[in-house]
Amino acid sequence: MSEFLSLEESAGFDRHVLAYIHQAAESGLYDIRGLGAKRRVPSFDDLVFLTASISRYPLEGYREKCVTKTVLGTRFAKRPIEIEIPITIAGMSFGALSANVKEALGTAATQCGTSTTTGDGGMTPEERKSSKTLIYQCLPSRYGFNPDDLRKADAIEMVIGQGAKPGGGGMLLGQKVSSRVAAMRTLPEGIDQRSACRHPDWTGPDDLAIKLEELREITDWQVPIFVKLGATRVRDDVKLAVKSGADVIVLDGMQGGTAATQQVFIEHAGIPTLAALPLAVQALDEMNVLGEVQLIISGGIRSGADVAKALALGADAVSIGQGVLMALGCNRPDYQMADGPHDARANYQALGTAPGYCHHCHTGRCPVGITTQDPVLEQRLSPAEGARRLRNYLNVLTMELATLARACGKSNVHHLEREDLVALTVEAAAMARVPLAGTSWIPGQK
Amino acid sequence: MDRVAESGRMTTRNPISPAAPAVSGPSRSESAPIDWDLARKAGGVRALNQWLHHDASRDGASTIRVLNPDGQHHIAAGLNAPLHVEIAGHAGYFVAGMNQQAEVVVQGNVGWSVAENMMSGIVRVKGCASECAGASGHGGLLVIEEDASSRCGISLKGLDIVVGGSVGHMSAFMAQAGTLVVCGDAAHGLGDSLYEAVIYVRGTIHGLGTDAREEPLGPTDIEKLTSLLGRAGFDYEPRTFKRIGSARSLYHWHIDSSDAY
Repeated sequence: MSEFLSLEESAGFDRHVLAYIHQAAESGLYDIRGLGAKRRVPSFDDLVFLTASISRYPLEGYREKCVTKTVLGTRFAKRPIEIEIPITIAGMSFGALSANVKEALGTAATQCGTSTTTGDGGMTPEERKSSKTLIYQCLPSRYGFNPDDLRKADAIEMVIGQGAKPGGGGMLLGQKVSSRVAAMRTLPEGIDQRSACRHPDWTGPDDLAIKLEELREITDWQVPIFVKLGATRVRDDVKLAVKSGADVIVLDGMQGGTAATQQVFIEHAGIPTLAALPLAVQALDEMNVLGEVQLIISGGIRSGADVAKALALGADAVSIGQGVLMALGCNRPDYQMADGPHDARANYQALGTAPGYCHHCHTGRCPVGITTQDPVLEQRLSPAEGARRLRNYLNVLTMELATLARACGKSNVHHLEREDLVALTVEAAAMARVPLAGTSWIPGQK
Repeated sequence: MDRVAESGRMTTRNPISPAAPAVSGPSRSESAPIDWDLARKAGGVRALNQWLHHDASRDGASTIRVLNPDGQHHIAAGLNAPLHVEIAGHAGYFVAGMNQQAEVVVQGNVGWSVAENMMSGIVRVKGCASECAGASGHGGLLVIEEDASSRCGISLKGLDIVVGGSVGHMSAFMAQAGTLVVCGDAAHGLGDSLYEAVIYVRGTIHGLGTDAREEPLGPTDIEKLTSLLGRAGFDYEPRTFKRIGSARSLYHWHIDSSDAY
């Protein structure tokens, strides 16, 4: 018997890979989970700002005005959207989220002067009532989609795909399909609800153009139409969306979240947000519609720094999903009730996870009452408390954004530009198309 | 009855001569019809639709004839009033899309996705319909007097569709609720991944989709068929139809179902 244990781990077959193979062999099932990619990919963290010094003139923090107002949908709509900050709430469904959460999103978005977005399953009265500016998604499943709600919307978002699962459709597992969710989706309670990956009434870009025009006809050309894409063949898809008549492009990178999909999609489909954004800007530039067709970027946006970097690279606004849920309390060890905080760690443990690691949105057993339809669990987040947290988060992001913009000498956050950024890694420099820090080298460019 | 070509497109005319169309939809006043000539009026389909949405009722119009449609798209999309709109010719994509309350009659053929996401009222196509007729429709009645191409009734959510002729492949794909009645034949993949919608076919079924199965025709089926055929203006014997429903084996994802895809 050897005195020493041999513990040389394989790089290709490490403990994570072994666990995956053993589980697949044991169960015959693949993993389905929520949230977004957990692997490290080049991101906005790999960029830094070149704030002002002698060669650039900064604005006074806390004193001089820095405009954050954002206008979306100026191309064809009679009533473009005006929001106070370039940070919007991403589409997330009632079904994936509780009604309390949808109401909280609308309330906080309204208080901060921005928009929120419906999701698969349609528009709830709570979110319409609480949201001053509400974007109504038209998804392939068309669950709950109807002309009455369409006419109540401030904009329409034609969803082609999302970053976590481009091309993949979706599945709301039966445990989250309550009687109300089922009724909104015209399906039996408790069954696994497949969300289609293709739209039922059009195929391809020429049809999309006609479809978008139909929606405009029904809404009398009043409201903007967004087209949401999962980031894959970005340059081609953005051009086709523009040609089809989109007012606004929403581009969701691979770090974007989901309520439930196969892990193989989350980690292995689509390209990082950092790589996607410059491709979209290039496509708009090549079609000579920069400024005419607005661009919203999403997928892993977390901080004011991320927002500022996205704007500097050419986005008109960002959209946030996962960060919003975390602001509400996702992955916190406790939840807030009227009598004070309550420990949720036992609930995480029951799911086989712990605070900080949980991605069990698909189970409907959210320990902090966010991604659930359970009548007991959903009481763990009140609309008022959720709105308070989210309002604080959005305000922090906006202050951070404006702070960086002022330091770059900008009196308007939309004046941030690519020239304000450098990259810390070769990969990020190549993807973002900004110089590697300390050099004038942009990989791939002469 | 086999009128489905290899491509899934319908190639022969439906020999059925339906009885006079039933008018069981919105009430119609006796006021004289108003003609809207798309070849002569300024503003095209957009002007027509905006007038139908906002001014037609105010102007006292209850019956509108749309002349020279020339296959244009979106005609009469988004109506939400008890109007009777007659389109005098062929129409393009999305005619009567998301219809509510109105009765829309097309005196010709239509392009893709006629009456998509329809909520109520009646849409009648005197000729053939291209793909995705009635897609995701929630309510009301859609009648295609001749043939409908592939994916007729896809993603259906409560709308009743009666097709006088045959339907193309993958019709009623992922249909959730409502009824598809096919007086002719159905091409392959009928009712694939069906939920609670029910399909009735009088002619030959060239292949059922995954999880669709033939089921016994019961008294409620006869009652429903009698009603729908009558409203659509067909006088077929309901007992000559076959009923297709869901086996419901895909309602909960399971590894054993993976062979079905």
